[in-house]
Amino acid sequence: MRALLFLDTENESTGISSLAKAVSFALAFSFLCLLAMAAFASLEYDWNWSAVYRYKTKFIDGWLVTIQVSSVSLVVACLIGGLSALAARSPFLPLRYLSKIYIEGTRGTPLLVQILLIFYVFADAAHLDNRYVVGVLVLSLFSGAYVSEIFRAGIESVGSSQLLSAKAIGFTPYQTFRYIVFPQALRRSLPALAGQFANLIKDSSLLSIIAIGEFTLNAQEVNTSTLSTFESFFPLAVGYLILTLPIFYLSRHLEKRLAFDL
Amino acid sequence: MKLSLESITKTYGAHRALKGLDLKLESSRCLTLIGPSGGGKSTTLRLIAGLEKASGGSIQVNNKPVPQTEEELRRYRKSIGVVFQSYNLFPHFDALTNIALPLEKVHGVSREESRDRAQSLLSQFKLATHGRKKPSELSGGQNQRVAIARSLAHNPDLILFDEPTSALDPEMSAQILDVIEELIQSGKDCVIVTHQMGFAKRASDYAAFISRGKVEESGKSLELFDNPQCPELAQFLERELKY
Ligand SMILES: Nc1ncnc2c1ncn2[C@@H]1O[C@H](COP(=O)(O)OP(=O)(O)OP(=O)(O)O)[C@@H](O)[C@H]1O
Ligand SMILES: [Mg+2]
Repeated sequence: MRALLFLDTENESTGISSLAKAVSFALAFSFLCLLAMAAFASLEYDWNWSAVYRYKTKFIDGWLVTIQVSSVSLVVACLIGGLSALAARSPFLPLRYLSKIYIEGTRGTPLLVQILLIFYVFADAAHLDNRYVVGVLVLSLFSGAYVSEIFRAGIESVGSSQLLSAKAIGFTPYQTFRYIVFPQALRRSLPALAGQFANLIKDSSLLSIIAIGEFTLNAQEVNTSTLSTFESFFPLAVGYLILTLPIFYLSRHLEKRLAFDL
Repeated sequence: MKLSLESITKTYGAHRALKGLDLKLESSRCLTLIGPSGGGKSTTLRLIAGLEKASGGSIQVNNKPVPQTEEELRRYRKSIGVVFQSYNLFPHFDALTNIALPLEKVHGVSREESRDRAQSLLSQFKLATHGRKKPSELSGGQNQRVAIARSLAHNPDLILFDEPTSALDPEMSAQILDVIEELIQSGKDCVIVTHQMGFAKRASDYAAFISRGKVEESGKSLELFDNPQCPELAQFLERELKY
């Protein structure tokens, strides 16, 4: 019994058995469920799943839009992040500052503020009236700043001794980047990039504010039509977890594999 | 190899690493650079390798000055081989690719031929079955043998070693020194920075004692090791041989 619930602190190297993991997880999970049920019991909540169930295609459509918007944004964010990371190392100094201002400005302001600013001010001025394009653009710009920092860390993780070796061999600066720095930087960036993708998926929910029909907005609309708040928003949380948990898991897995493999 | 270093200075910011270093050799197979830590041995080697530019003075290798422009420096670097203390190899490539890629990309050898040449070098260094392994899967000594193989692949006139064995245990370091000694006997010119005095005395024909950014003493290695003139070198040798 004790072995199922407690970590063997005397010889930690043996690790935790999978049975102990399963039992302990089940305990923790049931505790949270009990807590939630107690809360609903005291609310005398009127369950109405059938009304919400009628809107299931609305949930699925929104969920798919969230995946699409996040995926396209990730690709564009990688492009922006890559260019910005390169610009930050450019011998042409104004480019460096451009990249610096972009990164600090983006990381220093809330995404919601950026969405409002770009949607109501810049997009209007540029006559961009497809709100999906604007949404992807905002998310990409926002995420690109973080991706740029991820790439920068990856590039800097390639040690100076390797750069000296590459120079001694006779590689040009371009060849050094192409064959030595880039492949290693990319591999070391992958775990963090995966994590960033999960963040993007969560952050995309804020696009509901400019009426983009993604997962969160659709759930809000179901809530308005059915007045079943919990039944509308519980699937919302689960829908996000279905996307983010595997990605976080993948990220952790990549991290472990790369740790052994360099 | 004919080597001439004339009043070389090298500064890093405010720090003066080399303060007018002079060294002239008419013909030498193998030159060793010895001296206390921080004296400027590695800096001197990097200047000879064309990896950094001297702040002042002139360097000539075989009567040709080490070039000044980046373009010419790159061509110059292609004509020599360099082996550092450690971390020479690229960790994301296997041993074979570490040797073959520079041949293909820098020296314009075809892909098949570079891989053939890399494979035969690996065999020559008793690593024939390890070609597909990454540096992390090889021992320190094996890594260093791959690094030496890579520095030889393009058949350079001159090979420079910066403490090639100081990251290795005595057993492996003996192996590497044997490899280097064979290279010297096979007719390669080399410059070695080393703390292995026995090896320096046996394998090199000339030696220079570098301390505080200057060559304090230089000459035929047999004479220099057996009969040091300046008291600082005598003291240095005594301490090195004690441990
Ligand atoms: N890239 C650099 N930037 C700043 N200072 C440097 C740099 N390289 C070397 N130095 C300084 O120059 C001096 C000479 O260094 P160098 O590496 O040539 O010594 P060394 O004789 O090779 O010593 P060791 O036996 O410890 O390797 C040292 O004081 C060192 O701190
Ligand atoms: Mg050194």
